[in-house]
Amino acid sequence: MALSRRDFLKLCGGSAAALGLSQTFVPEIAHALEKAAAGQPPVIWLAGSACTGCSVSLLNTVHPDIKDVLLKIISLRYHQTVMAASGDLALEAIERTYRDAPGKYLLLVEGAIATGADGLYNTLGEKNGKPITMLDWTRKLAGKAAAAVSVGTCAAFGGIPAASPNPTGAKPVSAIFSEAKIKTPLINVPGCPPHPDWMVGTLAHVLLYGVPKVDALGRPVLFFGETIHDNCPYRGYFDEGKFAKKWGDEGCRFELGCKGPETHADCWKRQWNNGVNWCVRNAVCTGCVEPTYPAPQYEPIG
Amino acid sequence: MSKSTKVIIDPISRIEGHLKIEAEVEGGRCATAHSTGTLFRGIELILRGRDPRDATQITQRICGVCPIGHAMASARCLDDAYGVKPPHNGRVIRNLIQGANYIQSHVLHFYHLAALDYVKGPDVPPFTPRYEGKDFYRLPAAVNAAAVGQYLEALDVRNKAQQMLAIFGGKMPHAQAIVVGGTTQIPMADDIVEFLWRLREIQAFINNTYLPTVYAVAKAYPDYLAIGTGCKNLISYGCFELDDKGTMLMPGGVWTDGKQHKLDPSKITESVTYSWYADSTTGRHPSHGETKPDPRKAKGYSFLKAPRYDGKVHEVGPMARVWIANPVLSKNANAFLGVSEKKDLRFRDLGDAAFSVMGRHAARAEECAIVAAAMEQWVMSLKPGEPTCVPAPTPKKAMGMGLWEAPRGSLGHWISIEDSKIANYQAIVPTTWNCGPRDDGGHPGPVEQALAGCPVSDPANPIELTRVVRAFDPCLACAVHVVEPKE
Repeated sequence: MALSRRDFLKLCGGSAAALGLSQTFVPEIAHALEKAAAGQPPVIWLAGSACTGCSVSLLNTVHPDIKDVLLKIISLRYHQTVMAASGDLALEAIERTYRDAPGKYLLLVEGAIATGADGLYNTLGEKNGKPITMLDWTRKLAGKAAAAVSVGTCAAFGGIPAASPNPTGAKPVSAIFSEAKIKTPLINVPGCPPHPDWMVGTLAHVLLYGVPKVDALGRPVLFFGETIHDNCPYRGYFDEGKFAKKWGDEGCRFELGCKGPETHADCWKRQWNNGVNWCVRNAVCTGCVEPTYPAPQYEPIG
Repeated sequence: MSKSTKVIIDPISRIEGHLKIEAEVEGGRCATAHSTGTLFRGIELILRGRDPRDATQITQRICGVCPIGHAMASARCLDDAYGVKPPHNGRVIRNLIQGANYIQSHVLHFYHLAALDYVKGPDVPPFTPRYEGKDFYRLPAAVNAAAVGQYLEALDVRNKAQQMLAIFGGKMPHAQAIVVGGTTQIPMADDIVEFLWRLREIQAFINNTYLPTVYAVAKAYPDYLAIGTGCKNLISYGCFELDDKGTMLMPGGVWTDGKQHKLDPSKITESVTYSWYADSTTGRHPSHGETKPDPRKAKGYSFLKAPRYDGKVHEVGPMARVWIANPVLSKNANAFLGVSEKKDLRFRDLGDAAFSVMGRHAARAEECAIVAAAMEQWVMSLKPGEPTCVPAPTPKKAMGMGLWEAPRGSLGHWISIEDSKIANYQAIVPTTWNCGPRDDGGHPGPVEQALAGCPVSDPANPIELTRVVRAFDPCLACAVHVVEPKE
C-alpha cells in the first residue's frame, strides 16, 4: 500500500495550477487522473454521531490543498458528504472496497458510535428491510482495514455526543475496537474539529513512514506532544500575573476559562485557517483535543 | 392501476448528515414520498445543568457546516435572557462572521453538494460511481468542462471564506468569537483590510462565476423550473441585524396561502405521530415541548419531528427568505428571462417558477451576492480598537428566545435558566421544517410534498429525486434533537 517517498513528493508537488485554477478542465488531465487514481490508497470515510465539522475542516487544508488530497493522494471510495453516488450505489462502493482491497484500505471514522437501542440511533442503509447500524459498519470494516483513524474528538474520546448524560450510549471508536477484539492499528486525531494539518499529516505519515508515534491517549506526538500553555505567546503575562478580566483585555486568558495549561496541541505555532488566527488570540482555548471535552468553557481551571 | 415500485435511497449523499428517502413510483412519477432522519444525538439534553454561556459553543456542534447559525441563535437567546445588547462593533462582527458562513455554505452547496446532479465529474472516486442514464448530464461538453474546473476553483473560494470568517471568529469550523453580549476580539485596521481583501476576491467569483453558472444550469434543465414545487408556504425569522431596533437585511415574515403575514412565534408547534418519539408529547409549542425517544415505535419513520406554523406545513431556506424580502435580482436573471437589462426584476417576478428546484438554486445564489455586497459596507463601518462586547453577568432565573436564519433557513433556540444553570434548552432547526415527516393530520412535510409528482425515469437510477431533495440543502445533524420537559 505504501507509496514511495519519491512518488508522494511527486504527487504533492504536481502542478496544481494546471489542475484546478484554470477555468477549463481539459480531458487529457481527467484521463491522467484516472490513471493515477488506480495506484492511490483506497479510503473509506464513515460518519457516525458527528456534525460533519471534521470533514469541513479537512476541506480547509492548504498544503496540500484539498484538490490534491482528493485527486492525487488518496482514492476516496466512500464519503457521504462528498461522493457523487447515493443509496445502494454508494453502499456498493464500500462493499467493493471491502471485498477487493482487504488489508489495503484506510478506515477513517468521524463521530462517536451510538451503541444505545442496539445502535438504532444511527443507521446507514438497510439489508433485507432491516436497518444497518453505524456500529455494524464499524465492526465489519475495521477488521480488514490496513489502519484506522478516529477523526475528531467524538470518534477519539466520545466528545459532545458522549457528554453527560450520554443519551444514545455514544462511545469512542477505540471502545468498539477493544470490545470486538479488533487488532487493526488505530490512531486518534482529536480536535473539535481537528486542524487539517493534523489529519493530512497523519495520513501522510501512515502512507510514507507507517503508523506515527503516539502518546498514552493514542494521539500522534508530532502534533499533540506539548501543551498550549508551555508555548503560549501570552505565557509572559501569566508569569507576571497579568490576567485579562473581560473580552478584549490585554493579558493571559487563564481567568476567562482558558484550558491551555491542560491541552496538548500545537495550535500555538500552527494557527488556524491558513494561519489567520487561533482560539487563544480570539478568546480562550476550550481544550477540544482532550478526553475531558466539553469541560465548562468559561470557568477557570480550578 | 399501474404497477408501483418502491425506491429507497439510503443514504442520500452530498448533504450534511443521515437522510433516507423512500418513494412510491407509479407510471414514471413519484406518487408519495417518506423522508427519514436516521441519526439521533440528543444535544439539548446534554446542555441541561451546564453554564448557560456554554450554549454558544456546544450548540455549534449541532452542525459543522453551519455552526455560526447556531452560535448566533444561542447568543441571541442568551442576550434575550440576560437582557443585554451588543455594541456596534459586536453587532457588525456577528453579521460579518454569519455572512462569511453564508458564503461558504452557499458556494459549497451549489458546487460540491448539488452540482454533480447536473455536471459529469472525471471518472475517478469520489466522482464515481454515479447515476447513469439518458439525458442525465445535459450540459454541452465545454460548459461541463468549465463547471468541473469551477468545482475545483470553488474549493479554494469556500476555503477563503472560512479564512475570512476566522479573522474575527478565531477559527472555523466552530468559532470562538460569538458570546452573550457581543463578540470577543477587538478589530484592528489590519484585520479589516485582510477581511476586505478576501471578500472582494470572493465577490468576484460570486458575481462573475457562481451566479451565471446557476442560470446556465437552469437553462439546460428548464423542466426543473416546474419540478419540486412543494407546499408554497414560507417562513423567514429575519437575519443580519442592521441597527439596535432589529431591522434586518433579510427581513422576517410568513407567507401562507398566498399572503404575507407578520411572524408570530407562538404559532409554532411540533407533531410527533410519525416520529420516533412518544405519542403523548405531540402538538406542543417548543417552550413546553417534551421528547421521549422511542426508536422502535411502529408508526414512526423518522427521528425528525414535524414542525408546523399555525397548524400548516411551511418551507424555510434561501428561497423563503428571498421571496419574503423580494429584492432586485442580478442582471443574470434578466438575461435568463429575456427581459431588458434596464428593467429591475424582483424575485417574485419569477412567479411559480420560484417554487422549484432551480428557483431554490437561483435564490441561494442571488442571496449570496446580496449578503456579500452588504458585508463590504459593514466591514468598513467597524471602529478599530473599540469594544465588541458588554458585560453580561449570568442571571439566577430567566427565559430567552433567539430567532435567526441559518444558511439553510429559520433557526430558533429557546432557553430556560434556573439557579444560573440551563434548566431546559430547545432548538427547532431548518431541516426539521423541510425534511420532517407527516404531521398529526397526515400532511406530508415540504420535501415530501416537493417529491410528489417528480418524474423518475429509471427506479434504479433515481437522479430526479435526489435533485429535488438536494435543492433544499438538508442538514440532518441539525435536524435531530431532543427537547426535555421542564420539571
